[in-house]
Amino acid sequence: MAETKLTREGFEALKAEARALLEKQQLKVLVCAGTGCVASGSMKVYDYLKEACAKRGLNVMVALREEDHGEGGVHLKKSGCHGFCEIGPLVSIEPLDILYTHVHVEDCDEIIEKTLLGGEVIERLLYQRDGQVYQRRDDIPFYKLQQRIVLKNSGKSDAEDILEYIALGGYSAFEKALFEMTDKEICQTISDSGLRGRGGGGFPAGRKWESVRRNVSDVKYVVCNGDEGDPGAFMDQGVMEGNPHSVLEGMLIAGVATGATEGYIYVRAEYPLAVKRLRIAIAKAEELGLLGDDIMGSGFNFHMHINRGAGAFVCGEGSALTSSIEGKRGMPRVKPPRTVDQGLWGKPTVLNNVETYANVPQIVLNGADWYRSIGTEKSPGTKTFALTGNVVNTGLVEVPMGTTLRQVIFDIGGGIKDGKKFKAVQIGGPSGGCLTEEHLDLPMDFDSLKKVGAIIGSGGLVVMDEDTCMVEVARFFMNFTQNESCGKCVPCREGTKRMLEILERIIHNEGSLEDLDLLESLAETITEASLCGLGQTACKPVLSTLKYFRNEYLAHVVDKYCPHCNGKKHGLIIDPDKCRGCTKCARNCPVEAISGQVGKPHVIDQSVCVQCRACIGNCPFGAIREE
Amino acid sequence: MDAANEAMVRRAEEIIDSYGCRRENIIAIMQDIQAEYKYLSQDVLEKIAEKLGIGVAKVYSVATFYENFSLEAKGKYIIKVCNGTACHVRKSQPIYDGLREYLGLQGKQKTSSDLLFTLETVACLGACSLAPAMTINDEVHAKMTPEAAVALLEDIRAKEAQNG
Repeated sequence: MAETKLTREGFEALKAEARALLEKQQLKVLVCAGTGCVASGSMKVYDYLKEACAKRGLNVMVALREEDHGEGGVHLKKSGCHGFCEIGPLVSIEPLDILYTHVHVEDCDEIIEKTLLGGEVIERLLYQRDGQVYQRRDDIPFYKLQQRIVLKNSGKSDAEDILEYIALGGYSAFEKALFEMTDKEICQTISDSGLRGRGGGGFPAGRKWESVRRNVSDVKYVVCNGDEGDPGAFMDQGVMEGNPHSVLEGMLIAGVATGATEGYIYVRAEYPLAVKRLRIAIAKAEELGLLGDDIMGSGFNFHMHINRGAGAFVCGEGSALTSSIEGKRGMPRVKPPRTVDQGLWGKPTVLNNVETYANVPQIVLNGADWYRSIGTEKSPGTKTFALTGNVVNTGLVEVPMGTTLRQVIFDIGGGIKDGKKFKAVQIGGPSGGCLTEEHLDLPMDFDSLKKVGAIIGSGGLVVMDEDTCMVEVARFFMNFTQNESCGKCVPCREGTKRMLEILERIIHNEGSLEDLDLLESLAETITEASLCGLGQTACKPVLSTLKYFRNEYLAHVVDKYCPHCNGKKHGLIIDPDKCRGCTKCARNCPVEAISGQVGKPHVIDQSVCVQCRACIGNCPFGAIREE
Repeated sequence: MDAANEAMVRRAEEIIDSYGCRRENIIAIMQDIQAEYKYLSQDVLEKIAEKLGIGVAKVYSVATFYENFSLEAKGKYIIKVCNGTACHVRKSQPIYDGLREYLGLQGKQKTSSDLLFTLETVACLGACSLAPAMTINDEVHAKMTPEAAVALLEDIRAKEAQNG
């Protein structure tokens, strides 16, 4: 393809060709190839469809450029994550605008027969809720309230085909930035758009870019943080798997804007599929000449590298991440100097999160004002959330900033599983807090959440129902942070250890009231004195649960009994209908817990009973039972 | 050095060379070696130090910092039970406990005595919407229960026994 070098005119021609090819496609079958659907067996469905279509003489095409042999061909694609993993494997068929759910190999022949050949809808495979059947994806309540910018193409296009990305407007923003804008203008546009870092910090991206742009250096770097380590978060995974080129394009634009020529994407090792898709994307972009030297004859060089993480949560912190790329232990350092001044290999570095970069092409194409029209004044744009836990619809969600928790959990998420009651939602992972019923109508944006002691974080939303013990949740997160503390600074290393010990003591009903004060005072020290974000935020789950669910801590330390952890209180009960008042049980009870008049039903005093069960064996009427 | 270890060191050398013996690639080098042998032996660590021109202590410090690296031999099948938040609230712990019991693992033991299985936990697989999840040699199994997990292992055991 790139035997001759890609020029700007060549790119325009390529774009036109890709668009024409996409328009020509008549029948498209998109099998979801996100981690969730793959785990549910979507690749088996893909392989079977491919084979079965071929057997029936249908011309199956997997790539956009593949020759279309006349009429009746089917384009079979592996799409990015739809986000609604719960109902996967998902198969969508266009242009019929059908979304089939829970598709398994056994359903494939029927799909080919009825839908592909007959144009008929198979109702049993459609999404159904409350007696209603939904054919179109966007009518499903889960999708209806969403506004998708970052995930726009996810599920609707082939994640591995660069031409399809180009056909849908991909790399046009890069072209615009490269030829029609100055570096300063790009930084200004990003600043004007109000785009804030989606990794959790919420720092204005434009200001970061501008600082790097102004720094004079022989070499500068663009780094993408794809080390999505928060347990319960998988938004970046969805973007990297479903729309990898949007990340590359965002980074390329950052390169043009700041004068950087090398890009690094740091991806968690736990996301093998994301690594694979990004590698394919980079190889294809290099092949076309969208990465490399003198791109489109502009004189701009850019090379992209992938680094796989090796299982250290702390590497999500900027300075730890760069030191991991350098091949060292991923430990944070004291700041300043900031990454924009001295980042990777001591050079000025733009470091943003996956989702932040994925927003950039749309902003450059549509302008800052367009972006500002979405979301809230201080937090423009959308945010992706990973909605999980005890909620009916789990999955990947993208909504405008400022959407309330209630809308996300109840309208999109469909409420709590098994008809139980909502108790809390943990937002922002181990660095975030637990919010309660009273916060449900709070708009989710960077600043509103900060006020109540939580953060948007990277976007993990774990919903908990009435059966969850919040002390246990706090212990879970402390255990996580403790494990992941890199050990460099004392407050975090030792402090989290002590806090975990106290929490474990409390969970085992061996804690005291003083322990609660101790937790609070330790938390204060760790928050104040830790070096990096991991330590500074490690205590948030404990502090927020102490604030909003203090009575659950009290249940553990004062009552020494937690209904969630210790189950229902066991007790022996005398059935008054069966008891004849023979007094045998009362006479045999070693602790004199049973009382009653002769000939009348007896009762057991639960506070005295030691549950020795002597009474059960002695009762001639079988009136005593355990409950 | 036994024959297996020698082969591993030779392969390690090839991998290090493929990265141009560059120090900054140490993590990728160790990942590639471990992808083939599932762990890093002392001889391998020494070879890495020698070829990259850094101290063995430095190599060891990197190898021990990152959770993914193992300095002990592992079973043929590596099971990772996800203990991320979403899996935790959907009861992943009983799955882990059930597998431990099934494999008869005691104390800090992670690998079954027949060297077939290694049981680990992982912070988050990103398959939260299908919680609780676990992987067997990187293949994700969704919506697990202790019984289903044990059944999967039994299938593997049966298959292994058949293949001798």
